Amino acid sequence: MRASPRRLLGLMRKEFLQIRRDPSALAIAFVLPALLLLVFGYGVSLDARHVPIALVVPSPDAFTTSFTGQLYGSPYFEPRSFRSIQRAERALAARQVQGVVWLQSDFTRRAESVGDAPIGVFVDGVDANTARIIEGYLRQVWANWLASLARSRGQPPTLVLAEQPRMRFNAEVSSHDYLVPGLIAVIMTLTGALLTALVIAREWERGTMEALMVTPVRVTEILLAKLAPYFALGMGGMLVSVGLAVFLFGVPLHGSFLVLTGCSALFMLAALGMGLLISSAAHTQFAAGQIAIVTTFLPAFILSGFVFDIHSMPLAIRLITHLIAARYFVTLLQSQFLAGDIRSVIVPNAAALALMAVVFLALARARARKRLD
Amino acid sequence: MSDRTADAAIVLEDVRRSFRTGRRSVEALAGVSARAARAQITGLVGPDGAGKTTLMRLIAGLLRPDAGRIEVLGLDVARNPLGVQSRLGYMPQRFGLYEDLTVRENLELYADLQGLSPGGRAARYAELMRMTGLEPFLSRRAGRLSGGMKQKLGLACTLVNPPQLLLLDEPTVGVDPVSRRELWQIIEHLVRDARATVLFSTAYLDEAERCDQVLLIHEGRLLGSGPPEHFTAAMKGRSFIATAPIGRRALQERLARTPGVLDTVIQGGRVRVVTTGDSPGRQGIAAAVPDLTLTPIAPRFEDGFVARLRARGPDGSAALAAPASSGSAPTGEPAEASAGREAIIRVSEVTRRFGEFTAVDQVSFEVQRGEVFGLLGANGAGKSTTFRMLCGLLPPTEGELRVAGFDLRTAAAVARRRIGYMAQRFSLYGDLTVSQNLRFFSSVYGLSGPQQRRRIEWAGGEFSLGALAEAKAGELPLGFKQRLALACALMHEPEILFLDEPTSGVDPLARREFWRRINALAGQGVTVLVTTHFMEEAEYCDRLLIMAQGRVLTEGTPDAIKAAARGPERPDPTLEDAFIAAIGAAGAPEAA
Repeated sequence: MRASPRRLLGLMRKEFLQIRRDPSALAIAFVLPALLLLVFGYGVSLDARHVPIALVVPSPDAFTTSFTGQLYGSPYFEPRSFRSIQRAERALAARQVQGVVWLQSDFTRRAESVGDAPIGVFVDGVDANTARIIEGYLRQVWANWLASLARSRGQPPTLVLAEQPRMRFNAEVSSHDYLVPGLIAVIMTLTGALLTALVIAREWERGTMEALMVTPVRVTEILLAKLAPYFALGMGGMLVSVGLAVFLFGVPLHGSFLVLTGCSALFMLAALGMGLLISSAAHTQFAAGQIAIVTTFLPAFILSGFVFDIHSMPLAIRLITHLIAARYFVTLLQSQFLAGDIRSVIVPNAAALALMAVVFLALARARARKRLD
Repeated sequence: MSDRTADAAIVLEDVRRSFRTGRRSVEALAGVSARAARAQITGLVGPDGAGKTTLMRLIAGLLRPDAGRIEVLGLDVARNPLGVQSRLGYMPQRFGLYEDLTVRENLELYADLQGLSPGGRAARYAELMRMTGLEPFLSRRAGRLSGGMKQKLGLACTLVNPPQLLLLDEPTVGVDPVSRRELWQIIEHLVRDARATVLFSTAYLDEAERCDQVLLIHEGRLLGSGPPEHFTAAMKGRSFIATAPIGRRALQERLARTPGVLDTVIQGGRVRVVTTGDSPGRQGIAAAVPDLTLTPIAPRFEDGFVARLRARGPDGSAALAAPASSGSAPTGEPAEASAGREAIIRVSEVTRRFGEFTAVDQVSFEVQRGEVFGLLGANGAGKSTTFRMLCGLLPPTEGELRVAGFDLRTAAAVARRRIGYMAQRFSLYGDLTVSQNLRFFSSVYGLSGPQQRRRIEWAGGEFSLGALAEAKAGELPLGFKQRLALACALMHEPEILFLDEPTSGVDPLARREFWRRINALAGQGVTVLVTTHFMEEAEYCDRLLIMAQGRVLTEGTPDAIKAAARGPERPDPTLEDAFIAAIGAAGAPEAA
């Protein structure tokens, strides 16, 4: 029995007809990534904005007002005035505010005399990440104010270094620009695996697989006929995600579209290969869905470096991350979007993806049998 | 190739196969040797769980045998599964039609897979469509076809590239008698004209008689093989129809206890009797019941099967252990006495619509207390919808349903407490033991304390389940599963028992045992409502209602329905003949 293009085309045509008439595959390819991207894209943010803070100014005057004015004008803070430090601390404990700024009564005197006016700052440290950001912002507001104070007195700033941080590759220091590309990689891991795993499980559930198996069709043909249409669908979903990233979230795309497409294609093959591998073990859609989420989505979410920095993981875990296809794709997407085409990033990561695609597809082929036992 | 195999399409040599379920290993085939001749229909006949599907899958190369050899069309299946698969057509039990694809697209797919050249397709499709009568539905999606039409399309797909060997795994299960007969005509035509070899598996014993050769398998073993006449020849002169001026259930009860009687089955108002070979003879039996008339009739395949099962000794006869009746045997028959008639189920002018589609259309009927009432109809006739409405699971669009005096619109929950329900596939909890299932179902129906204990004890004794109390329900043999399912449905002593195709596929002894219980229950005043495709079951009913396209076609006793179909070309019609005639008279059901 030779491989036959007619059988392959027949199977693919069947697949396209099914996709057209049963919208569930289209939903997985297009609606699922769009939905997840919206939920996570708007929900997950590492930026601190409109942070409620308590202001305690026991003896307000022109000096204190010029400082608090800076806070009121900042997009990062939403200051609320408290009369005593005790009340402010209670509000902090009740999580009504995330920080307290206390201008003690000698603030004006010290500002006028020595040009150095210390402020008291308490920050809610439960969320260490946010706490550090708030602290940093406050420090900067204070430094700026001291600098302008010095300038107004015709003195060079004495104590404060004029920090002029310059961020490379994410000029706006927006966490969206950093998170959304990684998110795409994580979401497409799930989408790719679900596409193939679910449609094959569906054939088992409906008994169509058994009928297919006794025809002269070859296992490779069945797998190829699943791979090709769902590859097209998966790339469509990828395009939708990139479109949302650029036009809705406003993430700049610095790299070339062509390189992005090539990397995505390699990743999609690996993800679909994982789905095919899952389908060789799971013959019901429920089991296939569960396995896909546990073995692809969760590891991709946690171990791909999309939020949690890989360098700070223990060595054993760091080694495991090398087995996660999304890890390479996260790196590729982040550099494609934020930095541009960088050969030293593209080549090793794309090679890793290609290797994973080959391994998953070969495993799926090896495990697929034209038998029921 | 030796000439030993030249005339055989399939050769099986000591084929064995077991499956593991958890820690247990179940032997599905325990050494089967047989052959199937070319250009003939070989029936693979046996009850559910006999090993039919496993054998089919082994022959198709979808499973590997643990031991033994299988040769198909001269090829060793283990060595060349693809070679075998390119020469055979296989229709699995649930044929995998792509429901989103139209009839034509399904055909196209299988033509592509079978490598049919585009040139010959149009003619082949036309022929298949003519054969199956699916022509008008070419562009209809497969999912929208009726059950019978789906089976015919499945068959057409398997036949796209005329195979040398056709494997059909229970193609007639769940298919109404009309479609069943059509399927048989297609297959017989195929063997006659195209000289194809067909292996046809079925649990319906009457279909064995249509085969050229029969392989009778039971519990993984070959119980006999040969032409169907071979099975009936030994039974010649031993089958009779008995009538007596006592009720048919009383008559069956008496005859069953008479020495020399091998088998008794109710058929309409009469009782079919089979005697043992060494019996005291017809006279001996006639003496057992006053005024008994015995009319000799032709033996049938089932008689041979039952004789073989009984001949296996205690194992076989244990399956027919008479229900340990808790009271006196039902000699007087309140159900058949005309006195005290009381309609316990009353359906008046009931209509049920689903959107544009009218599933049940102005249906009215009544069922009397203690009656066994059968609801028959082709696939899509509205039986299941009617059944669901009677269970209070679906409200009617119009009309009124009263069960045990309660209006189902207002008191469905109260009415449901009076109903016991046994589903076709016995909805038991497979992971729970027998006693846990009994405890669960009795507490679901609100039993507790001493009352619950009393009923569980009753079930253990009445259904001989006591010894199996700690066995998992999922691991019971089919016959015991059925007993347990019935016991669960009876825990709350319902006045009404609903049965959905209760005995299709179980072996004939288990079926007899089941119906003896049902008859005993009816004798005690329980009303039994049965839906079925299975004419054997319909014969047990006091009255039948035949539905088609949501309407009532005819209603009456099995004998009256048969009598209505009597004609010059059919002096003694079977219930199946009568059913087909009734549906035919109402217009083709498939045209809907």
